Parts: sequence; structure tokens; C-alpha cells
Amino acid sequence: MRPSHLFLLSSMIAAPATAGTLSISIPRLNVAEYHRPYVAVWLEPEEGGPAQTVAVWYDVKKGGAEPGTKWLSDLRAWWRKSGRSLSMPADGISGATRPPGTHRIKLPDNLKPGQYALRVEAAREAGGRELVTLQVTLPNGTAEASGQSELGKISLSR
Amino acid sequence: MLKSLAPRLLTAAALMAFSTSATAHRQWLLPSITILSGTDSWITVDAAVSNDLFYPDHVALQTDGIKVTRPDGSHSEIQNAATGRHRSTFDVQIDRPGTWKIGNASQSYRGSFKLDGKDWTVGRRRGPAAQQPDPQHVTTIADIPSTATDIKLTEMLNRNEIFITADAPTTDVLKPAGHGLEFDPVSHPDDLVADEAARFRFLVDGKPAANLKVTVIAGSQRFRDTDATLELTTDADGMVTVEWPTPGIYWLNVTATDNQSATPNVTERRMSYTTTLEVPAP
Repeated sequence: MRPSHLFLLSSMIAAPATAGTLSISIPRLNVAEYHRPYVAVWLEPEEGGPAQTVAVWYDVKKGGAEPGTKWLSDLRAWWRKSGRSLSMPADGISGATRPPGTHRIKLPDNLKPGQYALRVEAAREAGGRELVTLQVTLPNGTAEASGQSELGKISLSR
Repeated sequence: MLKSLAPRLLTAAALMAFSTSATAHRQWLLPSITILSGTDSWITVDAAVSNDLFYPDHVALQTDGIKVTRPDGSHSEIQNAATGRHRSTFDVQIDRPGTWKIGNASQSYRGSFKLDGKDWTVGRRRGPAAQQPDPQHVTTIADIPSTATDIKLTEMLNRNEIFITADAPTTDVLKPAGHGLEFDPVSHPDDLVADEAARFRFLVDGKPAANLKVTVIAGSQRFRDTDATLELTTDADGMVTVEWPTPGIYWLNVTATDNQSATPNVTERRMSYTTTLEVPAP
């Protein structure tokens, strides 16, 4: 289902950087017990239809009786909208948890133009949970919002 | 005269005590979690009867009749069951994806009949009276002698169920059996969220049941001043719409009474359905 290289090349020439880059900052927290948060990023089309997961960061290495996937449902909004019907690890979507700092991810190139709710949810072991929503127009839209506790600045740039 | 009257008074007292406790107290099953990621999980469930939800402060609910139904309809067992003074507890291994049903469904009778001019009673008894020998009592309707006359029975059908989902929800365990009072949810019980109203339908013998009283109570009343009980009534389609006041764990109970029993000599059928619902914050 991947676009051919030729198609990808032509679309890049026709409209450069259509997908947009999402920057997510994870705040440094002064707490006694810190674990990197699980984070999910997904898009919900305003016109309705299924949500599309863009990224999930979780403890991919932890196995055994309590694997890292056990706590994916703590990202409760994402779990309900999309996560529970995905299988992990998901190619091109899932990855390891990330440390405090700003992380950039590219939105997929094949999104249908239109209005979306872009959501970023973070849940931390022995910590809190936060959901930040950006109303975006794709392609080429930009938006910015900020979390209060578990997430810092979230911005979409071209 | 006194000799025969004493056991009957005890029986009557026991029956009264039973019916009083059935109306005043609430049976509940409280799962540790209802929404799971993956199939490596165990859940633990508390089972009790009490006034305040979900505080075990009255009597434990017996776990003998608890059945576990897997998403594909096959059965599993409860494990590590233990009964304390105020509550029972048991575990269930959730080893397959989909929606599971855990709970019990009971059918019982009580009533009276005449045999050779004497009054007899029918029904399972509890408490001290159950220890007393009583020649004019039978436990089940199968024990009623064929020569009995004036048989008057009440049938009681009670369901108490909870739903647990690993990964994506499924609906096979929600399919109604078509008998008694049943839950036929339009909103999946493991797909609820506090900012979306939930729609639940109730059926009696497989048909939508209008004008039933539905009670929805949030747990943790100890930390609220106001009584947050929602009293709803099913519409013509047997449906109620529940607007959740807050995220939380909710106890839902519906009752129905009719005379449509399939069993002969039953003048009244009393039905009750109970479930516990987890309503996450958005």
C-alpha cells in the first residue's frame, strides 16, 4: 500500500513539505520517581471516520509477564479511538519512549486534505496524564498549543 | 398447636428477613479494571452486598454461582476465590482478546401450597430457621407433592454481570438469551466515556421493556454530600439514555415485575438486572 517512489518523488516536487512536521516537547519534571511518558499522536477527521495513529511511544523492550504493552490502555483517549484495534509493534508508528526535550515527527504524506483534530496524549507511570488537541487544516496548516503538566509546547509547522 | 405453629413463624420471619434485605441492600461486583491492553492480564473482582457503593460493610456475596464467559462463548473459571466477612474476592485470567462476561444468573421460587388441609411453604431459606426441622416446608418446586392444592408461587430471576474487554470490544457475550430481564446495550459497556451519553436497552423475554425503573448510582458516596442517584425510566423502545455526572464507577440496577412466567402456578415474576460500569474521564 506504499506509494511508489515515482509518485512520492512527483508529489514532493509538486508540493514540497505537504505533510507537516509536528514538534512535541516533553517537560523535565522534578519528581522523585521519574519514568518517561507513554505518548500517542493521532488524527481524527472532522468529517468523521476512523482515527489514524501517527505515533506511539511506549516501553517496547519490556517483556515477560508484564510487557510494555500492558499500559498502552493508560493512554485512554487514544486507546478508545484507535489503540485497541492496532497490534503492537506497529510498523512506522510505534517506537521507544523519549526523554524530556523537543521531538519532531513527520505527519504521513498520504493524508486526505481537510480539517482534523490532531491529538497528543501522554501518560506517565506513577505520574499524570494529559491530552492536548490542535485543530489543524491539512495540508500546509500550522497550529500551536501547550500542555500544562505532562506535555509542553506542541506545534505543527510546514 | 403451638408445636406446629412455631416453625411456621420462624419460616415467615426468615422469608421476611430475606425480602427486606433484598430490597434494602445492593448486590455488587466490582472489577479492578474493565479495559485491558493485551491478553497477559488478570483482573480481581470484589463481590458483596451493602447499602453504600462500593463499600463492603454488610455481607459477602457468595461466589458459587459466578460464571465466566469468554468472548467466543466458551467458559472459564474464577480463581483464588475467598470469602471474608464483608466481601468475597476472586480472580479471572483474561487470556483472550474481546469482551468477557462475568456474573451470575439465578432463578428461584418461593410460595405456599396446601396438603391435606395444612399450609406448606416453598423456597430456599436462610438464617437460623433453615437449621430448624420443619415438616411443612419444601426447598424447590420440584419437591411439591402432586396432591398439593392452592399452589401460589413467586418466581425470582436475578442477573448480576460485569464486562471486561481486552483490546477491541466484541459483542458476542452481549447477545440476549431471550429469557427474563436482560441488558441489550447500544453503547458498549466497555466503550463508555464521561462526556458522551450512553444508551442502554432492556428486554423482558427478548422484547424491549417499556416503563422499567433504572437506577444508576456512582460509587464513593462517602465523599459526596449530595445523593447522586439517577432514576431513569425506559421508553417505548426499552431504552434509557444515561448522562454521566462525572467519570467513575457506576452501579446500574433495573427491576421488572410481571405474571408472564413459563412455570405453572406462578402468580408473580420478579426480575432484577445489575451491572457495574466503568466510565473513564475523556
